[in-house]
Amino acid sequence: MNNFSVAAESVTKFFGRRLIFKNINLAYENSGIYGIAGPNGSGKSTLVKILSGLIAPSKGRVIHSVDGKNIEPEKLHNYTGFVSPYLVLYDEFSAEENILFFSKIRGINLDKGKSNFFLNELGLYERKDDMLKTYSSGMKQRMKFIFALVHSPFFVILDEPTSNLDNEGKDKVYRLIENYSGSNIVLIASNEENDLRLCKNVVELTNYK
Amino acid sequence: MQPFYHIFKKDLSSELRTRYAVNSLVMFILITISVILFSIGTETISDYLAGGLFWVVVFFSAMSGLSRTFVSEEERGTAMTLKLIASPASVFGGKLFFNIVLVFSMNVFVLVLYSILFDAFVLKNLVLFLTAFLLGNIGIAAASTIIAAIISKAGSKGTLYPVLSFPILLPLILILIELTKLSMDGVGLDEAFVEIAVLFCYDVIMFSVSFLLFDFIWKD
Repeated sequence: MNNFSVAAESVTKFFGRRLIFKNINLAYENSGIYGIAGPNGSGKSTLVKILSGLIAPSKGRVIHSVDGKNIEPEKLHNYTGFVSPYLVLYDEFSAEENILFFSKIRGINLDKGKSNFFLNELGLYERKDDMLKTYSSGMKQRMKFIFALVHSPFFVILDEPTSNLDNEGKDKVYRLIENYSGSNIVLIASNEENDLRLCKNVVELTNYK
Repeated sequence: MQPFYHIFKKDLSSELRTRYAVNSLVMFILITISVILFSIGTETISDYLAGGLFWVVVFFSAMSGLSRTFVSEEERGTAMTLKLIASPASVFGGKLFFNIVLVFSMNVFVLVLYSILFDAFVLKNLVLFLTAFLLGNIGIAAASTIIAAIISKAGSKGTLYPVLSFPILLPLILILIELTKLSMDGVGLDEAFVEIAVLFCYDVIMFSVSFLLFDFIWKD
């Protein structure tokens, strides 16, 4: 079990003059699966981008800490993992090359065993040397889970994790999420009932308008 | 190894496979030099004019290819992936290093072609020219990289890049043309000290400002 926590304090976001949500207060600690729900356009993706440090809130703040110490924004990327339909990996490289590049850029030694484990789990091992541009959209979505998990982050954000996946892919992903959440925080932003069923606590964004 | 070096290696491997920048750069250089050759015809041009035209070719070639480092990440949608795996300083360092290598390769190619095709391009003080060439290339790469980062998020990238680059690169190009003239006259390094110092200061300012600004540009 890690000692990671993430807290959003009075987070408000405007795009221009349009209010997306206001005064969101959240706190997640150690481990478990949490959810964010809301209709299309309610700001689920915006909120997870704020929580991952990709964009800044208009008001309020997000604090990430490990062992009671705040994590500097420049180092946050090594503690978080992110999956979303709008995330794009490098099509001109193979799955294995992508994983290797990401590990090197993150400054960590690639655990080949772990990488192969995820490739096997997600049914991509046989195609690991093929360029990503030859993958189907479902295979690319599975690949994003390896991108998000291979560096063992304490906080994994899954924005519509099962989009583009077939039933077999969904089952594999659910199994992976449940195993991973045993010792880490997993946050799911989705409209899918099956996705949200995994969560022990779901925040409904329509309550923050 | 530092993360910026791995971003550079990623960009280099990606460039070798996709040829995003190299193809446009090589074609642009060949076409520009051909146009100059055709427009000159059988006339002889002065050595100063040949020196000036050399930097015009370099400037416009830089405009055609150096924005690709950031623009290709934005267009393909991989900019967010980079934000998720590296700090802004590492991203900028990697992109800058890549552009420095690209600018040097491109300008050495231009220099070789130019030396073969233009009889008037005679450098009497090669050391002075190479010093200017070295510092000039670093300046072009630094300025082009930060401008590319700025315009990559804009709608009309193609128009904005030369428009923004022109006022920023103009002082650099003017000093480089002056130093090329001096090296054609065979002036010594000590006599060209002021111009070299200005060039060096331009590079230092570009590097410092770029690293300070990039954090704000990179994050939405």
